[in-house]
Amino acid sequence: MAGSGTAHMRNTVDSVLTVRDLTVEFRVAKDKIVKAVSGLSFDVVRGETLAIVGESGCGKTTLARAVLQLPPPNAGEVVLNGTDLTLLPKENLRSARTSMQMIFQDPISSLDPRMTVHQLIDEPLEIWDRGNRAERDERINKLLQSVGLEPELVLNRRSYEFSGGQCQRISIARALALDPRMLICDEPVSALDVSIQAQILNLLLHMKETFGLTMVFISHDLAVVKAISTRVMVMYLGKICEVAPPDVLYAKPAHHYTRALLNSVPIPDPTKQIRTELLQGEPPSPMNPPSGCRFRTRCVGASALCAEQEPQLREVSPGQFVACHHPIV
Amino acid sequence: MSSLLSVKNMTVNFDTPRGSLEAVRNVDIEIPAGTSVGIVGESGSGKTVMCRAAMGLLQGSTVSRTGTVVFDGHELTAMTKEQVRELFGSGMAMIFQDPLTALNPVRRIGVQLSEGLRIRLGMSKSDAMARSKELLELVRIPNAAAVLKSFPYQLSGGMRQRVMIAIAIACNPKLLFADEPTTALDVTVQAQILQLLRELREDLKMSMVLVTHDLGVVAGNTDYVAVMYAGEVVEYAPTAKLFADMRMPYTEALLNSIPRVDHKPGTALTVIAGRLPDPTNRPSGCGFAPRCKYVQEKCHKEHPNLKTDPDGHVYRCWFPIGEAL
Repeated sequence: MAGSGTAHMRNTVDSVLTVRDLTVEFRVAKDKIVKAVSGLSFDVVRGETLAIVGESGCGKTTLARAVLQLPPPNAGEVVLNGTDLTLLPKENLRSARTSMQMIFQDPISSLDPRMTVHQLIDEPLEIWDRGNRAERDERINKLLQSVGLEPELVLNRRSYEFSGGQCQRISIARALALDPRMLICDEPVSALDVSIQAQILNLLLHMKETFGLTMVFISHDLAVVKAISTRVMVMYLGKICEVAPPDVLYAKPAHHYTRALLNSVPIPDPTKQIRTELLQGEPPSPMNPPSGCRFRTRCVGASALCAEQEPQLREVSPGQFVACHHPIV
Repeated sequence: MSSLLSVKNMTVNFDTPRGSLEAVRNVDIEIPAGTSVGIVGESGSGKTVMCRAAMGLLQGSTVSRTGTVVFDGHELTAMTKEQVRELFGSGMAMIFQDPLTALNPVRRIGVQLSEGLRIRLGMSKSDAMARSKELLELVRIPNAAAVLKSFPYQLSGGMRQRVMIAIAIACNPKLLFADEPTTALDVTVQAQILQLLRELREDLKMSMVLVTHDLGVVAGNTDYVAVMYAGEVVEYAPTAKLFADMRMPYTEALLNSIPRVDHKPGTALTVIAGRLPDPTNRPSGCGFAPRCKYVQEKCHKEHPNLKTDPDGHVYRCWFPIGEAL
């Protein structure tokens, strides 16, 4: 796994976002470099929800931030609506970012505690001068209603007065204020209870329809993305393992890592417990990733070949791409 | 089967500026010896307060607790703080949700782990260190000798939780309270920690109370489940029975809100609308009534009592699932 390659790229005119050979590395000491994302490519087509799934430390958040140029990647290109963001001067980048917004994992700490809900949602509108006071107020009310909050009850309150689920609704309203084409959600429900999680997932689905959004949805939990994604990309140590539509990926995962991730999800049915092929140990250090396939040290199907040669992404069934020398068939 | 822990009619109140907050109300829970009991509910349902109150960890002038707690023949509610403290470690132990804040950030793992052994079991410093290394191996930490010398910030979340478990089992407790032990962790690490807890329970003949908001976690890891809502137990049954024959609409709603890998992609999640009732101002009827899809007139007016089926299945509902209205 952990393969390179571009077999899964669709290169259509419908691509909203195309990322090619993206590499992000951090120097943490004189001769120590964390290889967070290594030569990764993917594209997102209009109206699609691409889920990016992997364990903590696999580089999924770094990848999302690199797409937004926060910070810019070390190498590679990020093409949004035909413009390569990595080449844009600072001022143009700022305006390009308005069409691509992000929702963060921790809904409470991602909102400024000193600002009222009105100020929070007005801030982007004011910066970009979207209408006069009355028009902006009207827009704020509409946004709050669309995320299921009552404007009169919330406008003058601050983030600490709300629960995690409500804060996430406010974050969504704020992210949608500038009418972005693309929404990047970084673990938006991981910090929430299961019951609230379902509310937010359904809300995101609804918003996607209403605002005609294209989404990238990051999560460590394959169960969470199942309900909302149209394409799933599984990552490990900065590389891609498998890309497939959800109906294929969940029914017959081709990568050993995908299968292990699926087996880790607790099933709320005592008669359907899976205890086999649980992933043992933790991912190796991204400072010194294994040779060949980066997953081989934890893989049940690894062979000598996996240490020598890095697997390339290839299509094993229509729409299903896997980077593995010995895929599950 | 005898009960290792028996909580009877426990109510916990907090004094707040907004008035008295009833976090736990008239809870009865039995933990039979040698079993694992899951306590499930949303944030704010009172599960953590219930566990902490049962252990006597809630103190201060703003807390009041009524009811009785009997652990292994000792009536905790009649004992002094010091006497209850004697039972910690070898009687009962607790692991917490967030392993980073539960560990002391400025002390090495070895020191934190051997502390209990030296105080509770009277071991010498070197014996305690040697035993600490064994304990780290027992919780499957590779390179235990190096980890003994590490600080918490040098370990991953999963490793820290393993250290917490090692500390908790150091003095061979009879009962382990695990308060959301995997909520802060990735699914893969969660699966590993749950597997570890299952194996340790078996090897050490330990009972466990597993607190979680996720019915998926209790399904494979408990013998009994208590579902809590708004400070009360609303359903209690053996785990297999609970999943096969749910009586309480709240439990069903909680189950349906879980995203599942074994369902078809694109299956819409059922949402529990609304929120828990305000704990300073509980409604007179059933607390779940405003959110319940089976709600009837009576539910808003009268508070349902616990009913027990002949097979021991307990629930708190006027119109349980499976009974004609």
